[in-house]
Amino acid sequence: MTPHYILWPILLPLLSAVVMMFFWGKPKVQRLLSVVGHFIVLLSSVYVSAKTINGDIISLYAGNWDAPYGIIFVGDVLSGILVTLASLSAFAVSLFSVASIGNGRASFGFFPILQFLLMGLNGSFLAGDLFNLYVWFEVIIISSFVLITLGSEKAQLEGAMKYVTMNLLASIIFLTGVAMLYGLLGSLNLADLSMRISETEDRGLLNTAAVLLLVGFGIKSALFPMYFWLPASYHTPPAAVSAIFGGLLTKVGVYAMFRVFSLLFIEDSFIRNTFITLAISSMIVGALGSMVQSNMRKIFSYLIISHIGFMFAGLGMFSELAIVGAVFYLFHDIIAKTNAFLISGIIFKMRGSFRLENLGGLYNRFPYLSILFAIALFSLVGTPPLSGFWPKLYLLQAAFQAQSGWILFGILLASLLTLLAVVRIWRAAFWQKQETKAYLVDKAIWLTCLRRDRILMITPVVILTLTSVLLAVYSAQLGEICLLIAKQISNPDIYINAVIPNSP
Amino acid sequence: MEILLAITIGLLYAAGIFLILRRSMVRLIIGLILLGNGANLLIFLLGRISKGKPPIIPEGSPVFTDIYADPIPQALILTAIVISFGLQAYAIILVKRAYRVTKSDDLEEMITTDEL
Repeated sequence: MTPHYILWPILLPLLSAVVMMFFWGKPKVQRLLSVVGHFIVLLSSVYVSAKTINGDIISLYAGNWDAPYGIIFVGDVLSGILVTLASLSAFAVSLFSVASIGNGRASFGFFPILQFLLMGLNGSFLAGDLFNLYVWFEVIIISSFVLITLGSEKAQLEGAMKYVTMNLLASIIFLTGVAMLYGLLGSLNLADLSMRISETEDRGLLNTAAVLLLVGFGIKSALFPMYFWLPASYHTPPAAVSAIFGGLLTKVGVYAMFRVFSLLFIEDSFIRNTFITLAISSMIVGALGSMVQSNMRKIFSYLIISHIGFMFAGLGMFSELAIVGAVFYLFHDIIAKTNAFLISGIIFKMRGSFRLENLGGLYNRFPYLSILFAIALFSLVGTPPLSGFWPKLYLLQAAFQAQSGWILFGILLASLLTLLAVVRIWRAAFWQKQETKAYLVDKAIWLTCLRRDRILMITPVVILTLTSVLLAVYSAQLGEICLLIAKQISNPDIYINAVIPNSP
Repeated sequence: MEILLAITIGLLYAAGIFLILRRSMVRLIIGLILLGNGANLLIFLLGRISKGKPPIIPEGSPVFTDIYADPIPQALILTAIVISFGLQAYAIILVKRAYRVTKSDDLEEMITTDEL
């Protein structure tokens, strides 16, 4: 039977966005539809990942055309789990934005666009051909452009200028790489490309295409030295928007890099060494960058850059253990980063500012919430029982096996600096004695907003923190699943045979 | 024909990169548009251009009897053009709004988001 259910995580957001469009200018109805829509998408994603989690690779051939010719969607363990986590983050963000996004933004289509963004994300996780991946990337960026500028504040427009330029440039570079691969190999289907890549003799052009794809995906995933747009833009939109951007958009670049490079170019030692060098630089530069910032969201932005390095280090080492660590870190990071940005949004409502010097006294004033935030923030660092610890352990083991002192040094230094950054936030925002400054009182609306809104903003943080704790509690089981993913990623034949059954 | 197209593509890429390195917002957008068109032409060129060979199976024959032009690059370019058209429309409006807010065409003055 044709596995149509693989399309649900893509079609359901589209459907709910279209339904919401009928209620243009009626924010109340849209808010309700948004939460319901995201919840249904989440259920369908869980179904897809339940079907794939035992190691089956599901493919849907559009129009039932045989494999290399038509558009195909492929779901393996990695895509299944990523679709679920993306839908979960988007569900949390939609709950948060029901309360935090004002009627002004909502009546100009915030909620439908959020669904389109989720459609693009799920689409790119399930795409099985390179050009389709490009198209899903465009769906993502056009939705994110609207979300980042909606509201048209000065900072937003300035941030958007940089964000839009770099993303357009990345798309063009990616498209150039796709064109070269098509010219060399005559195919766009990833499995088919993977089979044909050994046939070509023109290694020079092939490596050019590889580097173009590396730069294209590298800009999207904010890898050193292509990250400058990220800290210039992610702190400008409302907290709900930065949360979904910080949690998911860079991770799509990482996913694309894993998928494409593991199937096509990873055997090349030059590419792997490039990955490792860029990863170590990314870890250290990002972590150092977070040290000098005093805006909470900018600190988190630099931490994104630093933590992207962990995943690329895993991809660069490319041993099974390293991939387990990298993929596990990817899962943890989606939840942790979304959560961190949502928390910064709540703190903004409490104190009227994102700047550390204007915060303070939160532990005294809101003790229970502070403990909740502490769990979330420290899981970002990977303090031992929490979810960030286990993937780092795998990565460190892999680095030991690969006998790479630089990677060990990078991971440990970046973790230490992340700890320092989080401790700085904790000290300034929670322990320091201070009440809201007089000129910020108008913006500090936490206590004056409705009880229902406060609950709506805290619930997603609770959900994500709980997920993060569960990732840590079930880390052994998740490690098993990641091992399955690592086996699938490091043996392209599994993927090829599943997508093109009669391949030689 | 290939040589001519290759030179055109090279010029488009070069002009695009030159323009996005300028400090003016308008030039930046025009540069991105040129780069996008260069990429589209590149797909066209790399799909092996051929003349007078439409990919149509001749009447009375169940299969192709001659070499034929690859139709996929055209589908790809059409998709890419439509996408870039939408993105360019957005980018132009963004430039206009940004100009109205910052009162300047100079990208060097857009530094308020970079403060520590």
